[in-house]
Amino acid sequence: MNSLIITSLEQGLIFSILAMGVFITYKILDIADLSVEGTFPFGAFIFAKFMYMGVNPIISTLMAFIFGSLAGLLTSILFTKLKIKPLLSGILTMTILYSINLRTNGKANIPLFSYDSIFDFNSTLVVLIIIVLFVKIILDQFLKTETGYLLIVTGDNESFIKALGKNINMYKTMGMMIANGLVALSGALASQFQGFVDITMGSSIIVVALASIIIGDTINKDSNKIKNTTRAILGAIIYKFIEGIVLDLGLEPTDFKAISAIIVIIFISYNNFLVDILSFNRRKGGVNYVKNN
Amino acid sequence: MLKITNLCKSFNSNTDNQINIFNNFNLEVETNTSTAIIGPNGCGKTTLFNIIGGNILADQGNIFLKEKNISKLKEEERAKYIGRVYQNPSMGISSSLTILENLSLANKKGEKFTLKKLLKKENIDKYIELLKDLSLGLEKKLDTKVKFLSGGQRQALSLIMATMKYPDLLLLDEHTAALDPKTSNLIMEKTKKLIEKYSITTIMISHNIKDALKYSDRIIMLNGGQIVLDKPSADIDEKELIQIYIRKFEQIVA
Repeated sequence: MNSLIITSLEQGLIFSILAMGVFITYKILDIADLSVEGTFPFGAFIFAKFMYMGVNPIISTLMAFIFGSLAGLLTSILFTKLKIKPLLSGILTMTILYSINLRTNGKANIPLFSYDSIFDFNSTLVVLIIIVLFVKIILDQFLKTETGYLLIVTGDNESFIKALGKNINMYKTMGMMIANGLVALSGALASQFQGFVDITMGSSIIVVALASIIIGDTINKDSNKIKNTTRAILGAIIYKFIEGIVLDLGLEPTDFKAISAIIVIIFISYNNFLVDILSFNRRKGGVNYVKNN
Repeated sequence: MLKITNLCKSFNSNTDNQINIFNNFNLEVETNTSTAIIGPNGCGKTTLFNIIGGNILADQGNIFLKEKNISKLKEEERAKYIGRVYQNPSMGISSSLTILENLSLANKKGEKFTLKKLLKKENIDKYIELLKDLSLGLEKKLDTKVKFLSGGQRQALSLIMATMKYPDLLLLDEHTAALDPKTSNLIMEKTKKLIEKYSITTIMISHNIKDALKYSDRIIMLNGGQIVLDKPSADIDEKELIQIYIRKFEQIVA
């Protein structure tokens, strides 16, 4: 049981970086960016490439972030310059990355067991907590800056950005680059954690990210006090706990994908309908309220 | 101040559905004046604003603002000189941000956005002063998200945001049309006060002839992309203007 908690927590922290990345595209920019399905393994493949070249794990992990943001740049060029719909742009980048990922090391599966990893510096959990907090604090601080606010407004009201005399595409590109950089970083950490890189590791990863964000949104739903990055982190950890418990109950790992989708369905429907149904008696103006007052 | 020469604009060019909105349209507006544009739907009022603001580009013709040719500038580049308040209270404002955040962004209009913190203590007093001038109690709601404000409050806020950096030209695009009569009057009064305070050259589109006469120095009536009437507001009374309007409008219907 103890190992279940620790593993879920570690995996949750790795996926919380993915969730924070997707939070930027999905919640801030209001774009469904499917390219993350390619960027997540891309980060892992880039990490492996640099490790095989003899580069140290910290720099290799940073390289994953940089190359991931370049993938984000590609998607944003597709929809800002070539005017391809964002959803299709993401799918196109994802498709391109599939081939690039296989090309990077010439193989679909690369073992990393015999190589150093970023987790060698301290216990896995401590390293992950440091990285996640670092990303969270940087992101939170960035969103409070003048440029950060422009990023927020980009997804909210394009006409306002233009009225402020700014180029909307620049901010979309910036958001896409940060988001995909984080997703690739998460992929690089996942590959170090599991000890290998696999071409399928990105498949349906968007569902995991969305599940984490949606679960995070459900926590104390109407409170403004919880930052969205905190929600994404908590959401990812809770998601991994649910997944761990389900596995512990004896379901096959191959059932994961369906479970992920079902978690998303449950939490979205909870947010949409059940909150109202469950709180019916507490609502002012309901039958009970009229009778009792 | 504003000079539009030989403006041509058509939509759906070279198709069966081609619509010519403007054909050699010319307009000059003097500095520190307030011009009202009236006319039936489809006469080109909003298209004219969109062309001046850069939302759409003209097919031909030039637009000069303070002697500077702005016709080739992008919308965001023109925004440094032009403020605009839209009919829709959700345009030009971010509803998911607070009043303070919106004002802080508007205060940076046309400037470089850096990695410094947006919300600064030293500006808050300035915003409170601006909001107090509106006498809508918004100065006590700095931390309220704009989506929780009424339409009138939002338009008042949009107005402050569009004028706080003293634009050369202010475009008011039926900015009180979505409001009830009482709030509409209030916003028009606030608009007048702000324009006079900052001496901003203004063009407004209005369907309310009374407002158009009351709050402008000059009345322009558009019909089919052409100026059919151009008079100082002082030289024409409401009844006369309504009659002209009906006469012109009937011609279109007929």
